[in-house]
Amino acid sequence: MSSIEIKDVWQIYDGRVVLEKINLNIEQGSFVSIVGPSGCGKTTLLRMLMSEEFCTRGSISLDGEALPAEPTLERGVVFQRYSVFPHLTVLDNVLLPMELKASRWLGKLLGPKRYNAKEEARAMLEHVGLRHAAGFYPAQLSGGMQQRLALAQALMAKPRVLLLDEPFSALDPGTRADIHVLTKRLWEETKMTIVMVTHDISEAFRLGTRVIVLERPASDDPAKGARITHDIPVRPRAKDKKGAA
Amino acid sequence: MRLINRHPGKTGARLLAVLPFIALAVLYLAASAVRHAANPDDKLLPTISQMAAAVNLMAFTQDMATGDYLMLTDTLSSLQRLIEGLVISVGISFIIGIAVGMLPYLRKLCVPFIAAFSMVPPLAILPILFIIAGIGETAKVTLIVIGTAPFMIRDLIMRVEEMPKAQLIKAQTLGASSWQMALRVVVPQMLPRLIDSLRLSLGPAWIYLISAEAIAAQDGLGYRIFLVRRYFAMDVIIPYVIWITLLAFIFDVALRLVQRYAFPWFAGAKSQ
Repeated sequence: MSSIEIKDVWQIYDGRVVLEKINLNIEQGSFVSIVGPSGCGKTTLLRMLMSEEFCTRGSISLDGEALPAEPTLERGVVFQRYSVFPHLTVLDNVLLPMELKASRWLGKLLGPKRYNAKEEARAMLEHVGLRHAAGFYPAQLSGGMQQRLALAQALMAKPRVLLLDEPFSALDPGTRADIHVLTKRLWEETKMTIVMVTHDISEAFRLGTRVIVLERPASDDPAKGARITHDIPVRPRAKDKKGAA
Repeated sequence: MRLINRHPGKTGARLLAVLPFIALAVLYLAASAVRHAANPDDKLLPTISQMAAAVNLMAFTQDMATGDYLMLTDTLSSLQRLIEGLVISVGISFIIGIAVGMLPYLRKLCVPFIAAFSMVPPLAILPILFIIAGIGETAKVTLIVIGTAPFMIRDLIMRVEEMPKAQLIKAQTLGASSWQMALRVVVPQMLPRLIDSLRLSLGPAWIYLISAEAIAAQDGLGYRIFLVRRYFAMDVIIPYVIWITLLAFIFDVALRLVQRYAFPWFAGAKSQ
């Protein structure tokens, strides 16, 4: 059961409180959207979840165990940019997680193993609608396609938790709607826990099962950091969709 | 239309590109003609036919003493030294640059030292090299390595450091170890950048090569021009200089082509 427990977490940079006393339990399989104005520390919170930053006070645990001190396989991530590797083709980007797992020293699969892994990677590309682009490099893809690829790549590593850092903010509205559908489908299929940071409130409600609002108090007091001001359940996980998964 | 918005056509662009070369040639020929009109024995600005005769002697006639074609021998010796030096330099730089760029402990250990070491003027330690390694090939190759490696190392460290941090985080979330990240993420992205670094190092490499040859050598392009300088043999020096420039230019173009065809993703990734 991958539940995340954030207990009494503070983040203080040079005497300036960024996050103040954050308490949050995230259940296995939920889709939590974190919204808030820019600079409120929502990305800081996400960075702590991926062990890129560490809290000044408090603790974060995943399934009852303290988070490791570095990024690990069980917490996948999609950033707004630079999420895929520019020197690898679309297919190789999706192949990479399998290669890293199977080949400790070369990080590369050869021969029949590679052939089988390629089949699996192609199936994943098909699933996210990128099969036709398998031979392209990321720079040749549109922003929406790059993010689809980033999702596919992250899913190949089979993470228990997926962290999304404003993943769709740079996309135009039409593309964004498409990728919302995809994200939701993937979430329903994999049943993993997703934590998404966004400044788009409608996106937060459309995708999330729970929306967390982070806000700093109105005064610009450095001794007061952002807190959770609202915790809104959107809807329980739709039971009728279970059959489709 | 504003000047910044005016572009030459295709033919115009080519014409503009060759114009300075033609201008230089015309200027030279005119000056040479004037001097030869005043003094038929002028050695400073030899005519085309004098240079052609010199090239014929150096490149296409067997040397009476050794039976070699001197320009060919010179070119081969110089290229061998240059390539040996650059290969060693690139090898060292690549390994050190990537290791130091990736590992914080190594960075703390090496960066200040490399920064200080790269300030040593390579030509100032040439005497030391001659004393330690003798005046043979080792000293010349070592000079090229010492002259070019610190720059390439520093350049690579910076290139590794300026990689988006998100990429390395992402690689870790996909399960990559440090070694796997080096092999699959950092090295492949640094190879085309190493070519850029090497292209910039070609100029200095030639400087050190020619300096070393000028001081102590039995053959080589630098040796030859400094040898014939004693006889004011401009008719040999000028073709040699043009030949050296041409070689350097070919190296540069070849490296650029290797970069374009071996790393097709690079141009696109750089523009993003």
